[in-house]
Amino acid sequence: MIPTNPDLECRDLIKDFDTFRAVDHIRFDVPKGSFFSILGPSGCGKTTLLRMIAGFQTPSSGDLLIKGRSMIGVPPNKRPVSMVFQHLALFPTMNIGDNVGFGLRQRGVSRSEIKTRVSKVLERVGLPNVAERRVDQLSGGQKQRVAIARCMVLEPDVLLLDEPLGALDLKLREHMKVELKALQAAFDTTFVYITHDQSEALVMSDNIAVMNNGRFEQIGTPHDVYNAPETAFVAGFVGDANKITARVSSAKDGVLTLSADGESDIRVAAQNSGFHVGQLLQVYLRPEAIELLPNGAEADKASNVSHGIVDAVLFNGANSMVTVKAEGGVLWKVALPQTGGFSSLQKGDAIRTRWHPAQARCYQAAEG
Amino acid sequence: MSSDTSRLGLYLLLAPIFLWLTVLIILPHVGLFIVSISEKVGPRDYDTGFANYAAFFTEPLYWRTFARTTIMSVLATVLTLILGFPIAYYIAKLTKGRAKTTLFLMCMIPFWVSELVRTFGWMILLRETGVFSNLLQYLGLVTGPVEMLYNDAAIMVGLVYTSILFMVVPLVTTLDSLDDSLIEAGYDLGGTNTSIMREIVIPHAMPGIVSGCIVVFMLSLGNYLTPILLGGKDSLWFTGMIYTQFITRFNWELGSAFGFLLLALSSLVVFLGLKVSGQSLSNTMGRS
Ligand SMILES: Nc1ncnc2c1ncn2[C@@H]1O[C@H](COP(=O)(O)OP(=O)(O)O)[C@@H](O)[C@H]1O
Ligand SMILES: [Mg+2]
Repeated sequence: MIPTNPDLECRDLIKDFDTFRAVDHIRFDVPKGSFFSILGPSGCGKTTLLRMIAGFQTPSSGDLLIKGRSMIGVPPNKRPVSMVFQHLALFPTMNIGDNVGFGLRQRGVSRSEIKTRVSKVLERVGLPNVAERRVDQLSGGQKQRVAIARCMVLEPDVLLLDEPLGALDLKLREHMKVELKALQAAFDTTFVYITHDQSEALVMSDNIAVMNNGRFEQIGTPHDVYNAPETAFVAGFVGDANKITARVSSAKDGVLTLSADGESDIRVAAQNSGFHVGQLLQVYLRPEAIELLPNGAEADKASNVSHGIVDAVLFNGANSMVTVKAEGGVLWKVALPQTGGFSSLQKGDAIRTRWHPAQARCYQAAEG
Repeated sequence: MSSDTSRLGLYLLLAPIFLWLTVLIILPHVGLFIVSISEKVGPRDYDTGFANYAAFFTEPLYWRTFARTTIMSVLATVLTLILGFPIAYYIAKLTKGRAKTTLFLMCMIPFWVSELVRTFGWMILLRETGVFSNLLQYLGLVTGPVEMLYNDAAIMVGLVYTSILFMVVPLVTTLDSLDDSLIEAGYDLGGTNTSIMREIVIPHAMPGIVSGCIVVFMLSLGNYLTPILLGGKDSLWFTGMIYTQFITRFNWELGSAFGFLLLALSSLVVFLGLKVSGQSLSNTMGRS
């Protein structure tokens, strides 16, 4: 059997700007037909990495393979990848049809064939009959789809997208997320998508790489990255989290007891973690992992239960939260279910919270 | 009341422009036109008619000089464009920050001295006993001194040199406004250097190209000093001919007619240029 190569493969890719290392030992591969996201804060090197894949920047070292073929030294116009630019980069001096047909014209495809292929691809992105229009006559979402059509008409092996939804307003962005995922499935092409918006990455991707300071912190499915972050950075960057620093005071049966100044002790599950008594840990806890206890409800022994005062109610529809001030003064963000009996909750109310030790994630904290 | 005062304010603001237009542009041209349609029939005795214009068309020297001036000016414009475009592209797209400012300034430096001095500079280089001639002799490429002045090539060099800044400035401005990602998108979609130049860069720079060409053409057509100094007495430039009619021959009537023909010609060429390139005057002039 012939081994099937992944569509895109990076091996120890490094990019140095003078003394500054923007991309540091990046290695990953993207299987055929999958949606791969690179998620990271702005300035972490995402664009630099993508531009190396597209060929606009040369790696300082490392190798880059597309369908098993090394791309080092191959100019951008000879690579089987296409890129959707951050601001789309549609050519304003051409109409939509000429924009989409640009790549085919460069390949010397005949005029009549270009015409049929352009109208076919425009139909696939849901924009029939716009070929004669000017670029500025389209809405933001339509331009987005034209930019994708302009790349897809060339049938690239890999489509690169550099924060293409960044310039859209919130409503349209939510809509385009779903649409992009559907387009990717329809074209069955490998997408490499970079973004600083975690919800874009979580919604659309088959796999996510979380990037920080030029390095990949974790590669995994959206589920893994959200529920089992491997590093403190991932736990803090992906999704919302309460962050507490506490010292291990005892360890027994895979449960650590931690104590922080002035707080009641908390228990966290830490199977095979290798943490020992006296170590300083950082604990991350999702707001939705914390439950508000109704008055009179019995607390089970295994969970962490604490008393607190409601500090603020942040109403935001399904994403509503309350901040609860615990006895020691720490503020906890707690998800506020809109279905329960907490709709009358107000600032100043006394409340009990509960969370299970297995819900927390612990990482070693820097001493000091 | 208040609208009256604001209207008065507007008129006062526009007054200098109106004054400038009427006193310096419209009145002289009306006067010139009246002079141009007067025929001298005797001492201090004039008739109205188009005899001066007729003289232009019947005397081959006049209209041939006219045609020669036009063709040379068009040629100078084309050469300036061919020379100026790479310079502008380099400044706008391939340099950044300080290097860009420095290069831009270097383009301006020759314009700190007067046109007369600049043209004399070329004369020092090109004349029989000049720098180039001596250099060629020193290198043994020629045996005797060579005269490079007083021919059409020398005029062309002078014209291009005098007007290249006026081509480079609007080109740099329009090319600067071309987003680099458009060029990158062109390469990404498989474009080559030539196809990107033809399909992306030049269409974008078209307003700058046209406005640069209009200015350079006007400057060349109306240039007096360069053709006379570098082309010599027989340079046969139309502005020189107008000068002769006014100053040497005291024939203000014919001179005025020539002036009007030149005005008509430059308007016509600009109109044709805009039509051919599909640009509008407001589009080209508004952007640079
Ligand atoms: N051409 C360059 N020269 C020097 N530094 C650069 C260059 N391009 C990017 N950088 C630096 O590399 C880092 C990563 O940039 P970038 O890849 O654009 O980040 P992101 O897209 O994740 O926001 C930034 O700190 C940026 O300043
Ligand atoms: Mg970026």
